[in-house]
Amino acid sequence: MNIKSFILKNKRLAIGGSITAIMVILAVTGLFFTPYDPNAMDISAKLSGISPRHIMGCDNFGRDIFSRVLAGLSTTMVVAVGTVFIGIVFGTLIGAFTGYYGGYLDEIMMRFNDAVLAFPSLLLALVFISVMGSGKLNVTIALGILFIPSYARIMRGEFLKCRNLDYVMSARLMGASDMRIMFVHILPNTVRVMLSTIAIGFNNAVLAEAGMSYLGIGVQPPDASLGRMLSEAQSYLFVRPGYAVCTGMAIVLLILGFSMLSEGLEKNA
Amino acid sequence: MKKRLLTILSVLLTLTIALGGCSGRKAGDSSRITVGIPQDLEDSLDPHKAAAAGTREVLFNVFEGLLKPDVNGDLIPAVAKEYTVSEDGLTYSFILREGVKFHDGSPVTAEDVKYSIEKSAGMTGEESLIAAFSNISRVDKVSDTQVDIVLKENDVDFPAYLASVNAAVIPAANAAPDVTPIGTGPYKYVSRSPQENIIMQRFDDYWGEKAYIKDVEFKVEAGDAMIMDLKGGSIDMCARVSVTQVKQLGDEFDMYEGSMNLVQALYLNNAVKPFDDLKVRQAMCYATDTQEILDLAFDGYGAPIGSSVFPAFGKYFIPELADKYPRDIAKAKELLKEAGYPNGFDMTITVPSNYIPHVDTAQVLVQQLKEVGINATIDQVEWNTWLSDVYAGRKYESTVIGVDASSMTAEALLGRFYSKADNNFTNYSNPEYDKLYEESKVTLDDSKRTELFKAMETLLAEDAANVYIQDMAEFVPMNKKYEGYVFYPLYVQDIARIKLK
Repeated sequence: MNIKSFILKNKRLAIGGSITAIMVILAVTGLFFTPYDPNAMDISAKLSGISPRHIMGCDNFGRDIFSRVLAGLSTTMVVAVGTVFIGIVFGTLIGAFTGYYGGYLDEIMMRFNDAVLAFPSLLLALVFISVMGSGKLNVTIALGILFIPSYARIMRGEFLKCRNLDYVMSARLMGASDMRIMFVHILPNTVRVMLSTIAIGFNNAVLAEAGMSYLGIGVQPPDASLGRMLSEAQSYLFVRPGYAVCTGMAIVLLILGFSMLSEGLEKNA
Repeated sequence: MKKRLLTILSVLLTLTIALGGCSGRKAGDSSRITVGIPQDLEDSLDPHKAAAAGTREVLFNVFEGLLKPDVNGDLIPAVAKEYTVSEDGLTYSFILREGVKFHDGSPVTAEDVKYSIEKSAGMTGEESLIAAFSNISRVDKVSDTQVDIVLKENDVDFPAYLASVNAAVIPAANAAPDVTPIGTGPYKYVSRSPQENIIMQRFDDYWGEKAYIKDVEFKVEAGDAMIMDLKGGSIDMCARVSVTQVKQLGDEFDMYEGSMNLVQALYLNNAVKPFDDLKVRQAMCYATDTQEILDLAFDGYGAPIGSSVFPAFGKYFIPELADKYPRDIAKAKELLKEAGYPNGFDMTITVPSNYIPHVDTAQVLVQQLKEVGINATIDQVEWNTWLSDVYAGRKYESTVIGVDASSMTAEALLGRFYSKADNNFTNYSNPEYDKLYEESKVTLDDSKRTELFKAMETLLAEDAANVYIQDMAEFVPMNKKYEGYVFYPLYVQDIARIKLK
């Protein structure tokens, strides 16, 4: 199957992939270069509309919205990737041990898991932030910890399913250690599930970061983040609707692209 | 048949709604007003227990004390006709005004006054909301028209506290003042629905100038819903609307512009490094540009100030202090170098996240301080955290906040910088200031006291105790049907002065 027919066959993958690629490129650009300093204020440009100098206009402090969207995009993406990374690493570890060994360990860990899942995640995040203080790193850690239980549950299911399959049995008969069976034999077979969980988790992380920054407990001003910008844009919804639209579109595209990409991948895996 | 019935029913229903709307509209047009308030009166309707400023500003229309504030913040007699002070300054004799009636029709007697002051001062076992009232030694009924209040120690500001809603005169016979509030004010209390509204009606036997509008409803509405209600017409006016919200309202309303009567500043914890160094504080003052803050975050509105007194305190306010530290980056850098910070330093600005104007101010400050090499980061905290950590705990480096005056006394603003004051959250300490403050406490001559307060105010500016910014502007949008809104230098909504055009 050549690439052309593959893409034609799987439009979702193609569209999602290209949107995601563009967003990632923009985010990476935002890390190193923006047309203006995203935090530089300019009275004369206060709430100015779209112009050749400012292609998305300026916000209430006269800051270039396009520069801020780029910077916000990279902030949001870094937080989301970090969150998913923490969640998947610890979630897989917990899921592997509880699913593979079962017994009391499984029972205790999973009930603890249920307890954490029973709380609204935003409330838990708030508790974390008020204990550890706000800031980019703390938001990532707080969200990452919150993501662990759901990942652990999914991965546990996979390990539970695989532990009595034939290939695991034969590996055991050959005298492979538990560690080797878990991480060399079973883990590669969970990749498909892991990928789709990562995709969903990534989207949730983007939204969670946006939500927390919107509430003022996430990324601290004047640093840009998509959620923080959306919350500021709210006050100018009637005066400068473009502010909220540009910021909101960035979030929408980011999530849309990634969702389509993951759905496409799942179909083809 | 079924269809016809349905038609008749729906026509009837439409008519009911339409006509109902008509009748409501008519009564509304004659003499009623709906005032939006951002929070419910949850603490108590008993004036002596109303701790929240938001409750007191509403109850101001129902209750009066022996004295009350006028629109300039000066004290005018209310339930008392006049008062005299004994030579030692300890005995205040109040002559009661004749013909003052409570809302239930009974006349105000000397017993009622004695009961009210004693209850308010906590002498009947309840907690008092006015700390200065612990200074009352006893309240004497001298005759049917005279009540004497005897103090333990001299306090020149004592009459100002009597004008507070917390010192209102209420009938001794009222067994449940929190359920059936009865006062002597221009409006009488009718009813209250929790989280919804509080309704008042004009008191026609009021002793003074009677209110114009007959029915008043204070409607509880939060945040941006207030703006929607104003636009939709279900609220006629509301106080303290921000510049951004004003923009959303457009010119459909009469906009009254006043000031919030508070001192907004970047308050510095004078006890922590590097803010314990005068040169660093001065450098920060030179690094900031008040006008730019106003232009960027407040659309140019607001009154620049240079010390801990806002313009409404006409007697003490020194406008020149606002120009004491014009923006001068070179000078700021030089001062930092002299203080031993040639490359600037890192600092944290703690801001309560629910006050967007303060967060916005902090954002501009970060940019301005960056130009002299000071690297500031913002830490948004919840209001309760701010109160416990910053205000009460004094565990912070700097914070942007507005400090208001609980009473119209210079003490309320300047007293907090006395080094031993409980509410000295900036840890400011200067023996010279303490000396001036202690002197003001025992000085009885008014002009001499004013001089002392002005000297304290100047000293705060010279010491660059904080980076003073402004007295924030506030806006009161009012439906074009009405006129006559007046601003007080206190947290008060005087509905009695509002009338139909």
